[in-house]
Amino acid sequence: MHIPVFQILIPFFTALLVGLAGVITPGLVWPFAVAGGCLAFISGVMTLQLVLQEGAWHYVLGGWTAPYGIEFVADTYTAAVLLVIALVTLLVLIHSRASVLESFADKEAAFYALFMLSITGLSGLVITGDAFNMYVFLEISSLTSYALIALGGRRALFASFQYLVLGSVGACFYMLGVGYLYLKTGTLNMADMAVRIQPLLGESPTVTVGLLLILLGLAMKMALFPLHTWLPNAYTYAPHAVRCMLAPLTTKVSVFIMIRIFVSIFSVNYLWGLPWGKVVVFIACVAIVAGSLFALAQRNFTRMLTYLVVAEVGYMVGGIWVGNATGLVGAAYHVLADALMTVCLFLAAGNFAKAAGIQDISDFKGAFAKMPFTMGAFIIVALSMIGVPPTCGFFSKWYLILGGLEAGRLVFVGALLFSSLINVVLFFRIFEHAFFNEDSHGHADHGAQPSKTEIAEASLPMVGTLYVAAISLLILGWYSKFVIERIVAAGLGV
Amino acid sequence: MELFIAKYNYWVAIFLLLMGLHAIIVKKNLLKKIVALSIFQTAIMLFYVSIGVKTNASIPIIPHELAHGHGTIHPEHFTNPLPHVLMLTAIVVGVGIIGVALALLERIYEEYGTIEEDVLITALGEES
Repeated sequence: MHIPVFQILIPFFTALLVGLAGVITPGLVWPFAVAGGCLAFISGVMTLQLVLQEGAWHYVLGGWTAPYGIEFVADTYTAAVLLVIALVTLLVLIHSRASVLESFADKEAAFYALFMLSITGLSGLVITGDAFNMYVFLEISSLTSYALIALGGRRALFASFQYLVLGSVGACFYMLGVGYLYLKTGTLNMADMAVRIQPLLGESPTVTVGLLLILLGLAMKMALFPLHTWLPNAYTYAPHAVRCMLAPLTTKVSVFIMIRIFVSIFSVNYLWGLPWGKVVVFIACVAIVAGSLFALAQRNFTRMLTYLVVAEVGYMVGGIWVGNATGLVGAAYHVLADALMTVCLFLAAGNFAKAAGIQDISDFKGAFAKMPFTMGAFIIVALSMIGVPPTCGFFSKWYLILGGLEAGRLVFVGALLFSSLINVVLFFRIFEHAFFNEDSHGHADHGAQPSKTEIAEASLPMVGTLYVAAISLLILGWYSKFVIERIVAAGLGV
Repeated sequence: MELFIAKYNYWVAIFLLLMGLHAIIVKKNLLKKIVALSIFQTAIMLFYVSIGVKTNASIPIIPHELAHGHGTIHPEHFTNPLPHVLMLTAIVVGVGIIGVALALLERIYEEYGTIEEDVLITALGEES
């Protein structure tokens, strides 16, 4: 079956086609990009169906067999992550049409080509079964995202530069770590490496140092506190379309790589037995608490969301390292849930900014009356962020907390509960502004204004994509048992 | 001392690596940061290339008569080409990074008239 490899080929060829269309028929740029997004989504659904029926799928590129050539591997969990990437791509492509035309109509073809190349890199990271090939995909996705962020204008330039320096150093650390593992095992294929590394675990200092270097590199890429400094500026100043795509995908895919290296190369039991695993969980707890507190201190809505992304990275890293299958499965499920929640939040932020000019949290006055539909979807995602059933945010948090309790890591459980409380404060503060402050302030400040506000809702594609994202949160929550047992746990083999 | 001489390739790589990392953190001039990043990457490339080397081995091309079954092929007579091939990819990636970084730097200079990090941060602070 060739279907899963299309997950890479479709975005890649769409990028080329879009670049070409920009020269010949600029009117077709966006339709081509959306067609590519649709095809990638359909092939994502078919991939998931295929691996659910027939088990893990291996693809040998160019006919070079596994330990020598580059292999693509898709299990059920990989297919689910690929499907989420394709869904986010499609939603953002449709949602951000207006904002792209508004900000850089003259660079449309270049923008969509970079966008699709970035998706190629992210999908490739997920599907590849080769450690060095992963580095190449990591750099494809990163290089395109530096360029995309820099499109955001004056302030984005320096933010993008800082991201470039930190991101490149992180990728180099990853490459160096892979070099150490290659030195000891003589292979780059992950499955082959997993077999050859077994007798070396805990015996060879080279392997331990290689593992540490890979983790350090990934921590920089996933913005794990205190290496998160590039993220808030880069995502706040990036163009809206770029923010909506990068914020849900980049950090989550980096966490996915961590899970992948955890499960596919090193054995899970070895890593959970490491004495410094506790330190990683502690760093994750600090990330959760610090990210939440920084979010609470922000006045700008988008900037607040970027700090929530930092806090969520702590959730997943803590879950992976907490030391049992429950935590790992919770973290893996949270990768899917958080990608959808984050895209939903950023799409909502786009609607607020476009239709009502809402930038700061204090601007939300009367938002319920002005934008009832966007606020409706926003309530769903806010409840999911807080962790209220039946949204997916509840189930991932439930598994993470259970994992923490099972392992006796009460600090981690405490950090999760604290973060949930902060989320309650953050989102209900916005609801309070949106519900009540309208009359008292509206009359006092501008007495002449009519008290009845007119509905100023965002355009249909913007609201529609937001609802698709919000409903996907409910679907992922409703089928959480199926997703966790048949897709996540089955794919990870724990 | 023996550790030093026998494994001198690793020491060179470590020295360059630390030099690059130090400069990335300490230097305030953004162009110097890019140069440091390049040194950092090159150190890792040197490390990879040096692990493929074997003493008394030649380039990994099988001579004509060996390829046609006259005599046996011994792996220890050939250096390992795989790390070199990997580094070709890494060099291409490195060129991409430097290119994007220089383009960004040019735009930063156009907008702010400086590439000194501390001056830039002050200017950014005044703007907001």
